[in-house]
Amino acid sequence: MKRYSAFAIAREAMRQHTGWDRAWAKPAPKKKYDVIIVGAGGHGLATAYYLGKNFGITNVAVLEKGWLGGGNTGRNTTIIRSNYLQDPSAAIYEKARSLYETMSQDLNYNVMFSPRGVIMLAQTQHEIRGYQRTAQANALQGVQTEWIGPQRVKELCPIMNIDGPRYPVLGGLYQERGGTARHDAVAWGYARACSDMGMDIIQQCEVTGVRQENGKVVGVDTSKGPIDCDKLGMVVAGHAGVMAKMAGFRLPVESVALQALVSEPIKPCMDVVVMANTVHGYMSQSDKGEMVIGGGTDAFNNYTQRGSFHHIEETVRALVETFPMVSRLKMLRQWGGIVDVTGDRSPILSKTPVDGIFVNCGWGTGGFKAIPGSGWAMAELMAKGESPLTDEFSMYRFREGKFIDESVAAGVAH
Amino acid sequence: MLTLRCPYCGVDADETDLQAGGEAHLKREGPGASDDAFEDYLFMRKNPKGVHFERWRHAYGCGKWFLAARCTTTLQVFGTYSAQTLEPPQDIKDAISAQRPGWSWGNFK
Repeated sequence: MKRYSAFAIAREAMRQHTGWDRAWAKPAPKKKYDVIIVGAGGHGLATAYYLGKNFGITNVAVLEKGWLGGGNTGRNTTIIRSNYLQDPSAAIYEKARSLYETMSQDLNYNVMFSPRGVIMLAQTQHEIRGYQRTAQANALQGVQTEWIGPQRVKELCPIMNIDGPRYPVLGGLYQERGGTARHDAVAWGYARACSDMGMDIIQQCEVTGVRQENGKVVGVDTSKGPIDCDKLGMVVAGHAGVMAKMAGFRLPVESVALQALVSEPIKPCMDVVVMANTVHGYMSQSDKGEMVIGGGTDAFNNYTQRGSFHHIEETVRALVETFPMVSRLKMLRQWGGIVDVTGDRSPILSKTPVDGIFVNCGWGTGGFKAIPGSGWAMAELMAKGESPLTDEFSMYRFREGKFIDESVAAGVAH
Repeated sequence: MLTLRCPYCGVDADETDLQAGGEAHLKREGPGASDDAFEDYLFMRKNPKGVHFERWRHAYGCGKWFLAARCTTTLQVFGTYSAQTLEPPQDIKDAISAQRPGWSWGNFK
Protein backbone atom coordinates (compact mmCIF):
# COMPACT_ATOMS: atom_id res chain seq x y z
CA MET A 1 0.00 0.00 0.00
CA LYS A 2 1.37 3.39 -0.94
CA ARG A 3 1.07 5.79 1.97
CA TYR A 4 -0.97 8.94 1.60
CA SER A 5 1.00 12.06 2.47
CA ALA A 6 1.64 15.62 1.37
CA PHE A 7 4.67 14.28 -0.47
CA ALA A 8 2.49 11.74 -2.32
CA ILE A 9 0.16 14.52 -3.47
CA ALA A 10 3.12 16.54 -4.73
CA ARG A 11 4.56 13.49 -6.48
CA GLU A 12 1.26 12.68 -8.19
CA ALA A 13 0.75 16.30 -9.16
CA MET A 14 3.94 16.02 -11.20
CA ARG A 15 2.60 13.06 -13.19
CA GLN A 16 -1.06 13.94 -13.70
CA HIS A 17 -2.26 11.73 -10.84
CA THR A 18 -1.62 8.51 -12.74
CA GLY A 19 0.09 6.72 -9.86
CA TRP A 20 -2.71 6.33 -7.29
CA ASP A 21 -3.52 2.73 -6.35
CA ARG A 22 -7.02 1.44 -5.80
CA ALA A 23 -7.78 1.96 -2.13
CA TRP A 24 -8.87 -1.68 -1.73
CA ALA A 25 -8.76 -4.78 -3.92
CA LYS A 26 -11.79 -6.40 -5.53
CA PRO A 27 -11.12 -10.12 -5.11
CA ALA A 28 -13.27 -13.16 -5.93
CA PRO A 29 -14.14 -15.17 -2.82
CA LYS A 30 -11.78 -17.96 -1.79
CA LYS A 31 -13.13 -21.38 -0.81
CA LYS A 32 -12.41 -20.99 2.88
CA TYR A 33 -11.50 -18.34 5.43
CA ASP A 34 -10.65 -18.50 9.12
CA VAL A 35 -13.16 -15.77 9.82
CA ILE A 36 -16.04 -14.39 7.77
CA ILE A 37 -17.57 -11.07 8.77
CA VAL A 38 -20.99 -10.39 7.28
CA GLY A 39 -21.55 -6.69 6.71
CA ALA A 40 -18.96 -4.23 5.35
CA GLY A 41 -20.17 -1.24 7.30
CA GLY A 42 -18.06 0.55 9.87
CA HIS A 43 -18.55 -2.04 12.62
CA GLY A 44 -17.82 -5.03 10.33
CA LEU A 45 -14.72 -3.48 8.79
CA ALA A 46 -13.44 -2.31 12.17
CA THR A 47 -13.90 -5.85 13.51
CA ALA A 48 -11.86 -7.23 10.61
CA TYR A 49 -9.21 -4.53 11.03
CA TYR A 50 -8.64 -5.22 14.75
CA LEU A 51 -8.68 -9.00 14.16
CA GLY A 52 -5.68 -8.43 11.92
CA LYS A 53 -3.98 -5.65 13.85
CA ASN A 54 -4.43 -6.91 17.42
CA PHE A 55 -4.57 -10.68 16.91
CA GLY A 56 -2.75 -11.36 13.63
CA ILE A 57 -5.79 -13.06 12.09
CA THR A 58 -5.71 -11.96 8.45
CA ASN A 59 -7.35 -14.86 6.59
CA VAL A 60 -10.58 -12.91 6.80
CA ALA A 61 -13.39 -12.10 4.35
CA VAL A 62 -15.85 -9.26 4.80
CA LEU A 63 -19.04 -9.93 2.82
CA GLU A 64 -21.38 -7.12 1.83
CA LYS A 65 -24.65 -7.50 -0.05
CA GLY A 66 -24.70 -3.91 -1.24
CA TRP A 67 -21.74 -1.59 -1.35
CA LEU A 68 -19.16 -0.83 1.28
CA GLY A 69 -20.43 1.61 3.89
CA GLY A 70 -23.76 1.96 2.09
CA GLY A 71 -26.00 1.16 5.03
CA ASN A 72 -26.17 3.07 8.27
CA THR A 73 -22.47 3.99 8.06
CA GLY A 74 -23.38 6.26 5.16
CA ARG A 75 -26.69 7.42 6.63
CA ASN A 76 -25.95 8.67 10.13
CA THR A 77 -25.35 12.19 11.41
CA THR A 78 -21.67 11.47 12.29
CA ILE A 79 -21.86 12.46 15.94
CA ILE A 80 -19.20 11.08 18.29
CA ARG A 81 -19.64 11.22 22.06
CA SER A 82 -19.34 8.91 25.07
CA ASN A 83 -21.49 10.57 27.74
CA TYR A 84 -23.48 7.48 28.65
CA LEU A 85 -24.75 6.62 32.10
CA GLN A 86 -23.85 2.99 32.80
CA ASP A 87 -20.29 1.75 33.33
CA PRO A 88 -20.24 -0.90 30.53
CA SER A 89 -21.49 1.70 28.03
CA ALA A 90 -19.00 4.33 29.16
CA ALA A 91 -16.19 1.79 28.76
CA ILE A 92 -16.95 0.83 25.16
CA TYR A 93 -18.09 4.27 23.93
CA GLU A 94 -15.11 6.02 25.54
CA LYS A 95 -12.79 3.42 24.02
CA ALA A 96 -14.34 4.28 20.66
CA ARG A 97 -14.05 8.03 21.16
CA SER A 98 -10.42 7.75 22.16
CA LEU A 99 -9.64 5.58 19.12
CA TYR A 100 -11.24 8.22 16.89
CA GLU A 101 -8.65 10.74 18.14
CA THR A 102 -5.79 8.84 16.48
CA MET A 103 -7.71 7.08 13.72
CA SER A 104 -6.45 9.24 10.85
CA GLN A 105 -2.84 8.49 11.86
CA ASP A 106 -3.49 4.80 12.60
CA LEU A 107 -5.17 4.19 9.25
CA ASN A 108 -3.14 6.71 7.22
CA TYR A 109 -6.52 7.94 6.03
CA ASN A 110 -8.03 11.31 6.87
CA VAL A 111 -11.31 10.63 8.67
CA MET A 112 -11.64 14.34 9.49
CA PHE A 113 -12.30 13.77 13.18
CA SER A 114 -13.38 17.11 14.53
CA PRO A 115 -13.61 17.24 18.37
CA ARG A 116 -15.76 20.35 18.29
CA GLY A 117 -17.79 19.54 21.41
CA VAL A 118 -21.26 18.08 21.92
CA ILE A 119 -24.02 19.67 24.01
CA MET A 120 -27.06 17.68 25.03
CA LEU A 121 -29.69 20.28 25.90
CA ALA A 122 -31.84 20.04 28.99
CA GLN A 123 -35.23 21.54 28.19
CA THR A 124 -37.27 20.04 31.01
CA GLN A 125 -36.73 19.63 34.76
CA HIS A 126 -36.44 15.86 34.24
CA GLU A 127 -33.61 16.33 31.78
CA ILE A 128 -31.75 18.60 34.20
CA ARG A 129 -31.81 15.85 36.81
CA GLY A 130 -31.00 13.16 34.26
CA TYR A 131 -28.00 14.96 32.79
CA GLN A 132 -26.63 16.11 36.13
CA ARG A 133 -26.71 12.47 37.18
CA THR A 134 -24.94 11.49 33.96
CA ALA A 135 -22.28 14.16 34.53
CA GLN A 136 -21.61 12.71 38.02
CA ALA A 137 -21.50 9.16 36.63
CA ASN A 138 -19.12 10.23 33.86
CA ALA A 139 -16.81 11.85 36.43
CA LEU A 140 -16.57 8.51 38.24
CA GLN A 141 -15.99 6.67 34.95
CA GLY A 142 -13.22 9.01 33.83
CA VAL A 143 -15.25 10.34 30.93
CA GLN A 144 -14.77 14.09 30.64
CA THR A 145 -18.18 15.80 30.63
CA GLU A 146 -19.67 18.70 32.56
CA TRP A 147 -23.02 20.20 33.38
CA ILE A 148 -23.27 23.77 32.03
CA GLY A 149 -25.84 26.48 32.55
CA PRO A 150 -27.96 28.19 29.87
CA GLN A 151 -25.63 31.20 29.53
CA ARG A 152 -22.68 28.94 28.75
CA VAL A 153 -24.83 27.09 26.20
CA LYS A 154 -25.59 30.44 24.56
CA GLU A 155 -21.88 31.32 24.49
CA LEU A 156 -21.00 28.04 22.83
CA CYS A 157 -23.85 28.26 20.33
CA PRO A 158 -24.93 31.88 19.77
CA ILE A 159 -27.57 31.02 17.15
CA MET A 160 -29.64 29.31 19.80
CA ASN A 161 -32.71 30.89 21.37
CA ILE A 162 -32.52 29.87 25.03
CA ASP A 163 -35.73 31.63 26.09
CA GLY A 164 -38.20 29.72 23.95
CA PRO A 165 -41.70 29.66 25.42
CA ARG A 166 -42.27 25.95 24.98
CA TYR A 167 -38.73 24.60 25.06
CA PRO A 168 -36.51 26.94 27.10
CA VAL A 169 -32.88 25.87 27.40
CA LEU A 170 -32.24 25.12 31.06
CA GLY A 171 -28.67 23.92 30.67
CA GLY A 172 -26.80 21.11 29.04
CA LEU A 173 -24.48 18.16 29.35
CA TYR A 174 -21.32 19.23 27.56
CA GLN A 175 -18.64 16.88 26.28
CA GLU A 176 -15.85 19.05 24.99
CA ARG A 177 -13.96 16.16 23.38
CA GLY A 178 -16.94 14.82 21.45
CA GLY A 179 -17.55 15.91 17.88
CA THR A 180 -17.97 14.57 14.39
CA ALA A 181 -16.01 12.65 11.76
CA ARG A 182 -16.39 11.99 8.05
CA HIS A 183 -18.57 8.86 8.13
CA ASP A 184 -17.70 7.44 4.69
CA ALA A 185 -14.00 7.94 5.32
CA VAL A 186 -14.20 5.78 8.44
CA ALA A 187 -15.47 2.84 6.36
CA TRP A 188 -13.07 3.59 3.50
CA GLY A 189 -10.07 3.94 5.80
CA TYR A 190 -10.75 0.62 7.53
CA ALA A 191 -11.41 -1.07 4.17
CA ARG A 192 -8.11 0.15 2.76
CA ALA A 193 -6.21 -1.02 5.84
CA CYS A 194 -7.97 -4.44 5.81
CA SER A 195 -7.25 -4.93 2.12
CA ASP A 196 -3.63 -4.03 2.78
CA MET A 197 -3.41 -6.80 5.39
CA GLY A 198 -4.56 -9.29 2.74
CA MET A 199 -8.20 -9.52 3.78
CA ASP A 200 -10.86 -9.93 1.10
CA ILE A 201 -13.66 -7.37 0.99
CA ILE A 202 -16.33 -8.84 -1.25
CA GLN A 203 -19.12 -6.49 -2.24
CA GLN A 204 -22.43 -7.40 -3.90
CA CYS A 205 -22.22 -10.77 -2.18
CA GLU A 206 -25.42 -11.50 -0.26
CA VAL A 207 -25.46 -14.20 2.39
CA THR A 208 -28.46 -16.46 1.78
CA GLY A 209 -27.86 -19.19 4.35
CA VAL A 210 -25.71 -20.28 7.26
CA ARG A 211 -24.37 -23.85 7.17
CA GLN A 212 -23.86 -25.73 10.42
CA GLU A 213 -22.64 -29.17 11.46
CA ASN A 214 -23.22 -30.55 14.96
CA GLY A 215 -24.18 -27.14 16.29
CA LYS A 216 -21.09 -25.46 14.89
CA VAL A 217 -20.88 -23.07 11.97
CA VAL A 218 -18.98 -24.38 8.94
CA GLY A 219 -19.73 -21.77 6.31
CA VAL A 220 -22.23 -19.58 4.54
CA ASP A 221 -24.15 -19.76 1.27
CA THR A 222 -23.92 -16.58 -0.73
CA SER A 223 -25.01 -15.14 -4.06
CA LYS A 224 -21.42 -15.84 -5.17
CA GLY A 225 -21.49 -19.48 -4.04
CA PRO A 226 -20.75 -21.27 -0.76
CA ILE A 227 -17.80 -20.12 1.36
CA ASP A 228 -16.43 -22.09 4.32
CA CYS A 229 -15.28 -20.57 7.59
CA ASP A 230 -14.31 -21.47 11.16
CA LYS A 231 -15.87 -18.41 12.74
CA LEU A 232 -18.66 -16.15 11.59
CA GLY A 233 -19.31 -12.60 12.74
CA MET A 234 -22.75 -11.13 12.03
CA VAL A 235 -22.45 -7.37 11.93
CA VAL A 236 -25.47 -6.38 9.89
CA ALA A 237 -27.36 -3.80 11.99
CA GLY A 238 -30.97 -3.55 10.80
CA HIS A 239 -30.86 -7.01 9.22
CA ALA A 240 -29.52 -8.74 12.35
CA GLY A 241 -32.87 -10.45 12.88
CA VAL A 242 -32.92 -11.73 9.31
CA MET A 243 -29.40 -13.21 9.64
CA ALA A 244 -30.20 -14.72 13.03
CA LYS A 245 -33.21 -16.46 11.49
CA MET A 246 -30.90 -18.02 8.86
CA ALA A 247 -28.77 -19.39 11.69
CA GLY A 248 -31.82 -20.64 13.58
CA PHE A 249 -32.05 -18.33 16.59
CA ARG A 250 -33.84 -15.14 17.51
CA LEU A 251 -32.56 -11.82 18.82
CA PRO A 252 -34.23 -9.31 21.12
CA VAL A 253 -34.08 -6.56 18.49
CA GLU A 254 -36.63 -4.72 16.40
CA SER A 255 -35.82 -2.90 13.17
CA VAL A 256 -37.21 0.58 12.68
CA ALA A 257 -36.51 3.48 10.35
CA LEU A 258 -34.49 6.45 11.60
CA GLN A 259 -34.37 9.61 9.51
CA ALA A 260 -32.05 12.51 8.93
CA LEU A 261 -31.91 15.50 6.62
CA VAL A 262 -29.54 18.24 5.54
CA SER A 263 -30.24 21.85 4.62
CA GLU A 264 -28.76 23.80 1.78
CA PRO A 265 -25.15 24.82 2.54
CA ILE A 266 -24.67 28.11 4.36
CA LYS A 267 -21.74 30.01 5.84
CA PRO A 268 -20.28 28.70 9.11
CA CYS A 269 -22.66 29.54 11.97
CA MET A 270 -22.34 26.70 14.45
CA ASP A 271 -19.11 25.02 15.58
CA VAL A 272 -20.58 22.62 18.11
CA VAL A 273 -22.96 19.66 17.95
CA VAL A 274 -26.29 20.27 19.69
CA MET A 275 -28.72 17.53 20.63
CA ALA A 276 -32.19 18.25 21.92
CA ASN A 277 -33.74 15.01 23.09
CA THR A 278 -36.99 16.45 24.34
CA VAL A 279 -37.92 17.54 20.84
CA HIS A 280 -36.19 14.62 19.06
CA GLY A 281 -33.86 16.83 17.08
CA TYR A 282 -30.14 17.30 16.80
CA MET A 283 -28.04 19.48 14.60
CA SER A 284 -24.49 20.19 13.54
CA GLN A 285 -22.91 21.93 10.57
CA SER A 286 -20.92 19.89 8.07
CA ASP A 287 -17.68 21.07 6.50
CA LYS A 288 -19.67 21.72 3.33
CA GLY A 289 -21.88 24.13 5.28
CA GLU A 290 -25.04 22.04 5.35
CA MET A 291 -26.95 21.90 8.61
CA VAL A 292 -27.10 18.17 9.40
CA ILE A 293 -30.30 17.39 11.26
CA GLY A 294 -31.34 14.09 12.78
CA GLY A 295 -34.90 13.17 13.60
CA GLY A 296 -36.87 10.50 15.39
CA THR A 297 -37.61 6.86 14.69
CA ASP A 298 -40.85 5.35 13.51
CA ALA A 299 -42.66 3.27 16.09
CA PHE A 300 -43.23 0.26 13.85
CA ASN A 301 -41.06 -2.41 12.19
CA ASN A 302 -39.80 -1.25 8.85
CA TYR A 303 -37.16 -2.30 6.33
CA THR A 304 -37.78 0.37 3.67
CA GLN A 305 -34.93 2.78 4.51
CA ARG A 306 -37.38 5.67 4.46
CA GLY A 307 -39.33 6.99 7.38
CA SER A 308 -42.61 8.77 7.94
CA PHE A 309 -42.82 12.40 6.92
CA HIS A 310 -44.47 13.58 10.10
CA HIS A 311 -41.32 12.77 12.11
CA ILE A 312 -39.31 15.16 9.94
CA GLU A 313 -42.04 17.75 10.37
CA GLU A 314 -41.99 17.39 14.16
CA THR A 315 -38.19 17.59 14.30
CA VAL A 316 -37.96 20.68 12.14
CA ARG A 317 -40.88 22.39 13.91
CA ALA A 318 -39.16 21.96 17.26
CA LEU A 319 -35.72 22.97 15.99
CA VAL A 320 -37.10 26.18 14.48
CA GLU A 321 -38.13 27.23 17.95
CA THR A 322 -34.67 26.58 19.43
CA PHE A 323 -32.75 27.80 16.35
CA PRO A 324 -34.95 30.54 14.81
CA MET A 325 -32.48 31.17 11.95
CA VAL A 326 -33.09 27.75 10.38
CA SER A 327 -36.68 28.72 9.57
CA ARG A 328 -35.55 30.25 6.26
CA LEU A 329 -33.38 27.34 5.17
CA LYS A 330 -34.36 25.00 2.37
CA MET A 331 -34.03 21.27 2.86
CA LEU A 332 -31.51 19.74 0.46
CA ARG A 333 -32.22 16.07 0.97
CA GLN A 334 -33.67 13.58 3.44
CA TRP A 335 -33.01 9.88 3.94
CA GLY A 336 -33.61 6.98 6.28
CA GLY A 337 -31.73 3.99 7.62
CA ILE A 338 -32.87 0.82 9.31
CA VAL A 339 -31.69 0.61 12.90
CA ASP A 340 -31.96 -2.40 15.21
CA VAL A 341 -33.18 -1.38 18.63
CA THR A 342 -32.97 -3.48 21.79
CA GLY A 343 -35.18 -3.29 24.87
CA ASP A 344 -32.58 -1.47 26.97
CA ARG A 345 -31.17 0.65 24.11
CA SER A 346 -27.75 -0.94 24.53
CA PRO A 347 -25.99 -3.05 21.91
CA ILE A 348 -25.44 -6.79 21.76
CA LEU A 349 -21.89 -8.12 21.34
CA SER A 350 -22.19 -11.76 22.10
CA LYS A 351 -21.67 -15.42 21.48
CA THR A 352 -24.78 -17.11 20.13
CA PRO A 353 -26.47 -20.50 20.52
CA VAL A 354 -24.45 -21.67 17.49
CA ASP A 355 -20.80 -22.46 18.19
CA GLY A 356 -18.50 -20.18 16.19
CA ILE A 357 -21.13 -17.54 15.43
CA PHE A 358 -20.75 -14.15 17.07
CA VAL A 359 -23.20 -11.31 16.79
CA ASN A 360 -22.65 -7.55 16.97
CA CYS A 361 -25.92 -5.66 16.66
CA GLY A 362 -28.47 -3.59 18.53
CA TRP A 363 -26.58 -0.32 18.27
CA GLY A 364 -29.95 1.17 17.48
CA THR A 365 -29.97 4.87 16.79
CA GLY A 366 -26.34 5.50 17.78
CA GLY A 367 -23.81 3.14 16.23
CA PHE A 368 -21.49 5.45 14.34
CA LYS A 369 -19.78 6.89 17.43
CA ALA A 370 -18.98 3.37 18.61
CA ILE A 371 -17.40 1.97 15.45
CA PRO A 372 -13.75 1.66 16.55
CA GLY A 373 -14.57 0.52 20.10
CA SER A 374 -17.12 -1.96 18.81
CA GLY A 375 -14.64 -3.37 16.29
CA TRP A 376 -11.91 -3.54 18.93
CA ALA A 377 -14.15 -5.41 21.38
CA MET A 378 -15.76 -7.67 18.77
CA ALA A 379 -12.33 -8.68 17.43
CA GLU A 380 -11.21 -9.64 20.94
CA LEU A 381 -14.45 -11.56 21.52
CA MET A 382 -14.03 -13.48 18.25
CA ALA A 383 -10.31 -14.16 18.70
CA LYS A 384 -10.28 -15.10 22.40
CA GLY A 385 -13.89 -16.03 23.12
CA GLU A 386 -14.26 -13.25 25.66
CA SER A 387 -13.54 -9.57 26.12
CA PRO A 388 -13.84 -7.31 29.14
CA LEU A 389 -15.58 -4.76 26.92
CA THR A 390 -18.30 -7.17 25.77
CA ASP A 391 -18.96 -9.20 28.96
CA GLU A 392 -22.02 -7.18 29.92
CA PHE A 393 -23.42 -6.94 26.38
CA SER A 394 -24.43 -10.60 26.04
CA MET A 395 -27.63 -11.40 24.13
CA TYR A 396 -28.71 -13.40 27.23
CA ARG A 397 -28.72 -10.38 29.56
CA PHE A 398 -32.44 -9.82 29.02
CA ARG A 399 -33.34 -13.27 30.32
CA GLU A 400 -31.17 -12.61 33.38
CA GLY A 401 -32.57 -9.13 33.96
CA LYS A 402 -29.12 -7.57 33.65
CA PHE A 403 -30.16 -4.62 31.54
CA ILE A 404 -27.80 -1.82 30.63
CA ASP A 405 -30.48 0.83 30.63
CA GLU A 406 -29.48 3.74 28.40
CA SER A 407 -32.90 5.07 27.56
CA VAL A 408 -31.87 8.53 28.83
CA ALA A 409 -28.62 8.64 26.88
CA ALA A 410 -29.94 6.91 23.80
CA GLY A 411 -33.72 7.31 23.81
CA VAL A 412 -33.92 8.74 20.32
CA ALA A 413 -31.57 11.53 19.49
CA HIS A 414 -28.05 10.68 18.38
CA MET B 1 -47.97 8.21 5.33
CA LEU B 2 -49.23 4.87 6.59
CA THR B 3 -53.03 4.68 6.61
CA LEU B 4 -54.93 1.95 8.43
CA ARG B 5 -58.70 1.41 8.50
CA CYS B 6 -59.95 1.04 12.05
CA PRO B 7 -62.11 -2.11 12.09
CA TYR B 8 -64.30 -0.72 14.87
CA CYS B 9 -65.26 2.73 13.62
CA GLY B 10 -64.44 2.25 9.93
CA VAL B 11 -62.32 5.39 9.70
CA ASP B 12 -59.25 5.45 7.45
CA ALA B 13 -56.82 6.70 10.06
CA ASP B 14 -53.48 8.34 9.29
CA GLU B 15 -50.38 7.20 11.12
CA THR B 16 -50.50 10.38 13.23
CA ASP B 17 -53.90 9.31 14.59
CA LEU B 18 -52.58 5.89 15.55
CA GLN B 19 -50.28 4.44 18.15
CA ALA B 20 -48.12 1.46 17.22
CA GLY B 21 -48.24 -1.37 19.74
CA GLY B 22 -45.68 -3.85 18.44
CA GLU B 23 -46.01 -7.50 17.49
CA ALA B 24 -49.47 -9.06 17.60
CA HIS B 25 -50.59 -12.52 18.72
CA LEU B 26 -48.04 -12.75 21.53
CA LYS B 27 -48.81 -15.47 24.04
CA ARG B 28 -48.95 -13.82 27.44
CA GLU B 29 -46.87 -15.63 30.06
CA GLY B 30 -47.33 -15.41 33.79
CA PRO B 31 -46.15 -16.91 37.07
CA GLY B 32 -45.01 -20.51 36.61
CA ALA B 33 -43.81 -19.96 33.05
CA SER B 34 -40.33 -21.18 32.17
CA ASP B 35 -37.47 -18.69 31.79
CA ASP B 36 -37.38 -19.40 28.05
CA ALA B 37 -41.08 -18.70 27.62
CA PHE B 38 -40.86 -15.53 29.64
CA GLU B 39 -37.84 -14.28 27.71
CA ASP B 40 -39.66 -14.96 24.46
CA TYR B 41 -42.77 -13.14 25.61
CA LEU B 42 -40.98 -10.08 26.95
CA PHE B 43 -38.07 -9.58 24.58
CA MET B 44 -37.82 -11.87 21.57
CA ARG B 45 -39.58 -10.53 18.50
CA LYS B 46 -40.04 -11.92 15.01
CA ASN B 47 -39.02 -8.62 13.42
CA PRO B 48 -39.68 -10.12 9.98
CA LYS B 49 -38.66 -8.69 6.64
CA GLY B 50 -41.99 -9.08 4.85
CA VAL B 51 -45.43 -10.07 6.18
CA HIS B 52 -46.03 -8.92 9.74
CA PHE B 53 -48.93 -8.77 12.18
CA GLU B 54 -49.06 -5.83 14.57
CA ARG B 55 -51.12 -4.23 17.30
CA TRP B 56 -52.29 -0.68 16.69
CA ARG B 57 -54.48 1.69 18.67
CA HIS B 58 -56.79 4.25 17.12
CA ALA B 59 -55.44 6.71 19.68
CA TYR B 60 -56.97 9.95 18.37
CA GLY B 61 -60.19 8.26 17.26
CA CYS B 62 -62.25 5.60 19.00
CA GLY B 63 -59.29 4.70 21.22
CA LYS B 64 -59.59 0.97 20.64
CA TRP B 65 -56.85 -1.57 19.98
CA PHE B 66 -56.98 -3.49 16.71
CA LEU B 67 -54.65 -5.69 14.67
CA ALA B 68 -53.15 -5.10 11.24
CA ALA B 69 -51.45 -7.31 8.63
CA ARG B 70 -48.71 -5.37 6.88
CA CYS B 71 -45.55 -5.82 4.83
CA THR B 72 -42.41 -4.34 6.41
CA THR B 73 -40.52 -4.11 3.11
CA THR B 74 -43.17 -2.29 1.04
CA LEU B 75 -45.44 -0.78 3.74
CA GLN B 76 -48.38 -2.42 1.92
CA VAL B 77 -51.35 -3.06 4.21
CA PHE B 78 -53.18 -6.36 3.69
CA GLY B 79 -55.99 -5.60 6.09
CA THR B 80 -57.00 -4.81 9.66
CA TYR B 81 -59.12 -6.84 12.05
CA SER B 82 -60.50 -7.01 15.55
CA ALA B 83 -58.09 -7.61 18.42
CA GLN B 84 -60.53 -10.11 20.00
CA THR B 85 -59.02 -13.09 18.20
CA LEU B 86 -56.10 -15.50 18.59
CA GLU B 87 -55.27 -15.68 14.91
CA PRO B 88 -55.89 -13.64 11.75
CA PRO B 89 -59.28 -14.25 10.09
CA GLN B 90 -59.33 -16.27 6.86
CA ASP B 91 -60.08 -13.27 4.62
CA ILE B 92 -56.92 -11.53 5.86
CA LYS B 93 -54.86 -14.68 5.28
CA ASP B 94 -56.36 -14.98 1.76
CA ALA B 95 -55.53 -11.35 1.02
CA ILE B 96 -51.92 -11.97 2.04
CA SER B 97 -51.71 -15.23 0.04
CA ALA B 98 -52.91 -13.40 -3.07
CA GLN B 99 -50.00 -10.95 -2.76
CA ARG B 100 -47.31 -13.06 -1.04
CA PRO B 101 -47.77 -16.74 -2.04
CA GLY B 102 -46.07 -19.11 0.40
CA TRP B 103 -45.88 -16.59 3.27
CA SER B 104 -45.59 -17.78 6.84
CA TRP B 105 -45.41 -16.04 10.22
CA GLY B 106 -44.96 -18.13 13.35
CA ASN B 107 -47.60 -20.84 13.13
CA PHE B 108 -49.73 -18.95 10.62
CA LYS B 109 -49.53 -19.49 6.85
